[in-house]
Amino acid sequence: MGLFDRLKQGLQKTHENIFNKIDRLVNAKSEIDDEFLENLEEILLGSDVGITTAEKIINNLKSRVSEEKYERTEQLSSILRDELKKVFISGNGQVIEPFKITNKPHVIVVVGVNGVGKTTSIGKLAYNYKNAGYKVLIGAADTFRAAANEQLEMWVKRSGTEIIQLTQGSDPSAVVYKTIQSGIAKAYDVIIIDTAGRLHTKINLMEELSKIRRVIQKQLPDAPNEVLLVIDATTGQNGMVQAREFSSAIGVTGLILTKLDGTAKGGIVLKISSEMKIPVKYIGVGEQIDDLQVFDKESFVRALLED
Amino acid sequence: MFEDLSSKFDKVFKFIKGKGKVSEQTIDEFLREVRRILLDADVNYKVVKQFCEDVKVRSLEKNVIKSINPGKIVIDTITGELVRLMGEKKTDIKFSAEIPSVIMVVGLQGSGKTTFAAKLAKYLRTKGKNPALAACDVYRPAAIEQLKTLGEQIDTAVYSDDTNDPLKIAEAAVEFCRTNYKDTLIVDTAGRLAIDEEMMREVETLKSKLNPAEILFVVDSMTGQDAVNTAKEFHNRLDYDGVILTKLDGDSRGGAALSIRAVVDKPVKFVSIGEKLDALEPFYPDRMASRILGRGDIQSLVEKATTMLPDETDEKKIKKLEEKLNSNKFDFTDFLEQLQQLKKMGSLSQLVGMIPGMDRMTKGKEIDDKPLRQVEAVINSMTTKERENPDLLNGSRRKRIAGGSGTKIQDVNRVIKQFYDMQKMLKQFKKGKMGNLFKSMGLPANFKMN
Repeated sequence: MGLFDRLKQGLQKTHENIFNKIDRLVNAKSEIDDEFLENLEEILLGSDVGITTAEKIINNLKSRVSEEKYERTEQLSSILRDELKKVFISGNGQVIEPFKITNKPHVIVVVGVNGVGKTTSIGKLAYNYKNAGYKVLIGAADTFRAAANEQLEMWVKRSGTEIIQLTQGSDPSAVVYKTIQSGIAKAYDVIIIDTAGRLHTKINLMEELSKIRRVIQKQLPDAPNEVLLVIDATTGQNGMVQAREFSSAIGVTGLILTKLDGTAKGGIVLKISSEMKIPVKYIGVGEQIDDLQVFDKESFVRALLED
Repeated sequence: MFEDLSSKFDKVFKFIKGKGKVSEQTIDEFLREVRRILLDADVNYKVVKQFCEDVKVRSLEKNVIKSINPGKIVIDTITGELVRLMGEKKTDIKFSAEIPSVIMVVGLQGSGKTTFAAKLAKYLRTKGKNPALAACDVYRPAAIEQLKTLGEQIDTAVYSDDTNDPLKIAEAAVEFCRTNYKDTLIVDTAGRLAIDEEMMREVETLKSKLNPAEILFVVDSMTGQDAVNTAKEFHNRLDYDGVILTKLDGDSRGGAALSIRAVVDKPVKFVSIGEKLDALEPFYPDRMASRILGRGDIQSLVEKATTMLPDETDEKKIKKLEEKLNSNKFDFTDFLEQLQQLKKMGSLSQLVGMIPGMDRMTKGKEIDDKPLRQVEAVINSMTTKERENPDLLNGSRRKRIAGGSGTKIQDVNRVIKQFYDMQKMLKQFKKGKMGNLFKSMGLPANFKMN
């Protein structure tokens, strides 16, 4: 199965939920009326894009329909897809290529709230970088959660990479310092730092992230090269606040959208990428080590649009 | 936790409160705003729709249009509907007549099942139960390790073996409980997607073989619209007994609570509000509803305060404090005692969350306990003499204290100033100048608890 097929398969559920419904909606109606718009709004709301983004899409649609005098359903459908694509595609466009490095060592910090799938994503990231021919070191800076080290170790074994860890309860910054030091000394290509899950409302824990950034920069002034925020596809409107708070604490450069293999639609990333200009970089579509896929804007939209 | 929602509710409430007379159109306008607020809080759009329709119908039934106080009618209706939606009274955990009572914990990946299972064990122990935990998540790497570590932290037995079969582990755990006199078994299951047929069948089998007294569905309070789908699907398969809301110490979420309650008609039994293992609270629907509406949770605050007060030594301390105040002898030792008293009640953020209106001032941010700890460190570095007679604290003593407490001399100066401020404040308090007291606390003199 090619990458594109897998992406499509992973997105099938998202697809069915947004686009099949829209298709059905469009087919059942011969013109845009209030009922149509109301139904459309409900579909968008049900996908977690949020009321503001939903209203934006609908207003754009309304004004285009009145300007361009489209009335038949096929045309309507294409305008609608076009508008959705516009929201999806916005981002700052300056993304480091997936599984490529800009510096040596290339430092990636992975952050997020509790339970979104950080450690799993890191295992998959490490595996992919390793397969791309790089020497990968993982820093186990989640020193808080019970057995976080053991969990990460399993992934390290599966991906055939290496790990730096201290005992549970030790200072995460110390782990980071040691990891970077050893990464430089032993000439690793990629260093991935796992951090403890933290709610973005915990001031102390968010400051800890800023400190981790400083600790890295002391040894490598240009690092971290990437800070990836992991967002769970089931997340509602709070995802926006998460993106904002993590950005201000440590400067998020991209998103990993996980758990897209469930029934959740992950619509919140539309809002995040359009309002915060943070691009989605990877998506997680399963629990296997190769279930991390590159989020490519064009093919994401294409996979969504094609049946 | 719901401060975002609360402050928005406040705003639209003020809008409708200001109206002397309303038309149906005004009510529609108002409800459109209410709708946005609830949607932003992740309440399911279908639930929101129904909610707004209900509020409108009931307000009209109460003759809101002819009323001279329409705002009150609409607001009371909304409050009533919210409480109704949340489920009207608190519901406890059930136990079976047979030993052990089996409690199954189920949910999606990452919802917080394992942490909750440990918290529940700890909670049940305070209620006189003797629980054990069964580690049945054989899929997630190190999940069993995690539960074992948590079990050690709360001094509770965790049963696990290497059969790699959840049912075998659970059944052996039941035996383990019987031979070890454990009356309750909490079964931690693997996270699973509601559409994963194989995994859902596995948990159905667990249910039919274990015959649990209680199945608890754990859901992350930050979940969006999908909460309803998942809750419904798990409900269809397992007909669970209650819902657990986790990560409520984040900000402004909680829509999932409303939605699930509305869709599956199962009570929320506990809320999980922090990472520490005692951060678990029973769910009180009425309190939660009033919290959403920005009215605070005075009842919880009072309960918290009373659980720590009726200690004889404490009463003596209070008396001593009174005496000291009367003779103007409030010193650093008393200051420290007051701080420790405050700390006993829980984290500052938890306390503040219960005070009406305070949520909005802090905007959902956690309050930093660090300054408090610093104050403690500074006082602990003083000699007994210095504590009794703060006037002794000259430059070199302050320098020594800064060194001893790991702070800067400015910090020491600040603590000393705070102490004198507090002394002054207490004197005013004694003289009964309440207005001044509020002023020195940074609150307006006409501040009132509503």
